[in-house]
Amino acid sequence: MIPYLACVLLFLIGLYVVISKRNLIKIVIGFSLIEYAVNLFFALVGFKKGALAPIITQPEQVRMGVARNFVDPVPQALVLTAIVIGLSTTALMLSLAMRLYEKYKTFDISEIRRLKG
Amino acid sequence: MRGMSLIVQVMTGLLAGILLLYGGYIILHGHLTPGGGFAGGVLVAAALILVSLAFGAVEQVERREYILSSIFESSGGLLFLGLAVAGYLAADYFFRNAGLFYIGRPLELVSGGIIPLANIAIGLKVGAGLFAIFLALGASRFVMKE
Amino acid sequence: MEGRILPLFVAIPLAGAFLVPLLSKLWTRFADLIASITSALLLGVSVYGWLMVNAGGMPLHYWVGGWRIIGIAMWFDALTALIVLIINIVGFCASVYSIRYLDRYTGGRWKFFTLLLLLIAGLNGLAISGDLFNMFVFIEISAIASYALVAFGTEEEEVEAAFKYMVLGEVGGAVLLFGIALIYARASTLNLAHLSQVLAGFGRTPFYWFVIATLLIGFAIKMGMEPFHAWLADAHFSAPAPISAMLSGVFIKVTGVYAMSRLMFNVFGVSRAETPAFFNLLIAFGAVSMVLGGLLAYTQNDYKRLLAYSSISQIGYILVALGIGNFWGIAGALFHILAHALGKGTLFLASGSVERQTGTRNLEQLKGLEKTMPATTWSHILASFSMAGLPPFAGFFSKLFIIIGAIAARMYWLAFLAALFSAVTLGYLTKVVNMAFFVKQNSSVTSTREAPGLMVLAMLVLVVLTVAVGVGFRGVLDHLVGPAARVLLNGLEYARLVLGG
Repeated sequence: MIPYLACVLLFLIGLYVVISKRNLIKIVIGFSLIEYAVNLFFALVGFKKGALAPIITQPEQVRMGVARNFVDPVPQALVLTAIVIGLSTTALMLSLAMRLYEKYKTFDISEIRRLKG
Repeated sequence: MRGMSLIVQVMTGLLAGILLLYGGYIILHGHLTPGGGFAGGVLVAAALILVSLAFGAVEQVERREYILSSIFESSGGLLFLGLAVAGYLAADYFFRNAGLFYIGRPLELVSGGIIPLANIAIGLKVGAGLFAIFLALGASRFVMKE
Repeated sequence: MEGRILPLFVAIPLAGAFLVPLLSKLWTRFADLIASITSALLLGVSVYGWLMVNAGGMPLHYWVGGWRIIGIAMWFDALTALIVLIINIVGFCASVYSIRYLDRYTGGRWKFFTLLLLLIAGLNGLAISGDLFNMFVFIEISAIASYALVAFGTEEEEVEAAFKYMVLGEVGGAVLLFGIALIYARASTLNLAHLSQVLAGFGRTPFYWFVIATLLIGFAIKMGMEPFHAWLADAHFSAPAPISAMLSGVFIKVTGVYAMSRLMFNVFGVSRAETPAFFNLLIAFGAVSMVLGGLLAYTQNDYKRLLAYSSISQIGYILVALGIGNFWGIAGALFHILAHALGKGTLFLASGSVERQTGTRNLEQLKGLEKTMPATTWSHILASFSMAGLPPFAGFFSKLFIIIGAIAARMYWLAFLAALFSAVTLGYLTKVVNMAFFVKQNSSVTSTREAPGLMVLAMLVLVVLTVAVGVGFRGVLDHLVGPAARVLLNGLEYARLVLGG
């Protein structure tokens, strides 16, 4: 139970950073924290105590029924996909932050207020 | 002198080839061991980024690299899509694997039907794509100013 | 296997998106060509799919790679047909319109069309997906494409709006992923049909409500529902006009309303009789969005910002109609999705034409465009009538169905509110007509020429469809919207059809 709660805590820390920090780069970092929290949570979902990594290294293992003692490989595949998505969003977010810096010469969001509303 | 110090450049020269080789290994063994197209592609991109950080970059060269990597990225995507469509045309199923390419025996390098080919396509796309992201962010420009 | 066409919905736009950067190196205009051809092909495929579903009465299904239930499922029923038609009609008009509209920007043509095709691919993939995680992946594909497209102009305001939009949208995406992880932890399956059967076995536990709440927060951010509306106005305001049309007409409805109702009705099996709390929640938030969005729209002086707040109000209509939960309510919601996509698409494209020809969107500066831009003016007026719910346009029937549904469910105050805010809609849209197109003020900005032919063509296609849907509402109701509403009402029937067929 504790690892799951730690994920939720990490998520909340990330959310706090996104909401309260004024620096664009810190917001991106906070967002990454949120993402890691969710990915970690998802990876934990497939965990089984004492089970093996879902890799077959010898053809005979298939017949020996090793697969019955594997952790669930599906969440790992899904998390990998989510990490790839997270990579592209982080890259896009950073490039937007850089563009904002070029335009406004600051990373402080309280000074980036051309839009009202 | 463009780029970083001599020590970094010599070490990069030694490391970059090994990194590329390792990336290629991970991509090609994607269907046998952990890793695969994405992990290997990241390694390939890391090697490229390392070289361009250590040796600095000329703007024109960077622009050409950017165009090249966007071409490689699109071809990787098209190759992956082509594999899917090949299964579709041959057996009515998108990404159909069985009976399309040489399946072979488990745990051999040449086996697994379309999976190694798909890993190569993904490796191409991720390697080129990450390098393109690096170039687009213009990270090397900031290093050069210091 | 009759589901053979389904992968094409993803394969065609992706192929286009990968070909654009390659071929546009040879000739820049290839980008325009590929985008228009692929979106036209997609439109053809979706019409074909709709005809097949309509003729056979049975949904089409497809298993990627032939892996059946453990693989990726695709699913095309009457609801998908409706959503896919909307996506591809607006997508086609947006890509045709963009060809001349992009003259405003220097370069980057291929980037625009690649991203537009990725956006269309993501939306189509989401609509046909029968797999929970795939829905998330397609939502993210279309969302990432839309963030980049909002920032396409790379001016201060555009980048700022894109950043704001992106932070909110990605937090929404993370919440959705968290909800999916929760579902997988309990049910150990991702196939929507299988999932609905597994979830039905668990009963209405606190866990069930917790998952629903998590997913609702994610979707509420994606659709710009009232407490989370902050990104929507800025993003719609700053994006290039065809992208505003895609965002407002399609994106918020497909990634928000469609994905939510597919999961809630067909997988979680909510129904007015069994889980009234869920429906009352939808009505409450919908009504707040409807009222606040409408009132905020009234006070705006910028053409596109006004339309953006109007979108929030119309999303409120759709949510209220879904919350009513009887046949007329749900049919009204789906009809309104269609009418709003066509109408608001036209309005945003018209705003783009005005901006391109005059260089401003400030209503106080514009005057007398009716003389020089008759096609834009009349597209705008007809679409406004449809949005405000005047007969015989599409918007009239959607609002009529919603009001019928509210009266049948004995929610008279809701019927009154819906009728009242039709009048408000008419008020703020005629304000635009007055200020920009007819009244001669002391202001100076006007245009001497009509927008280019292709842009006018794109607007006219949408306007003609708005009128056609309104005039032929019986046919649309019987063959397109009615069956789609029944898919939602039948709830868990969905699972039986997939796994039995």
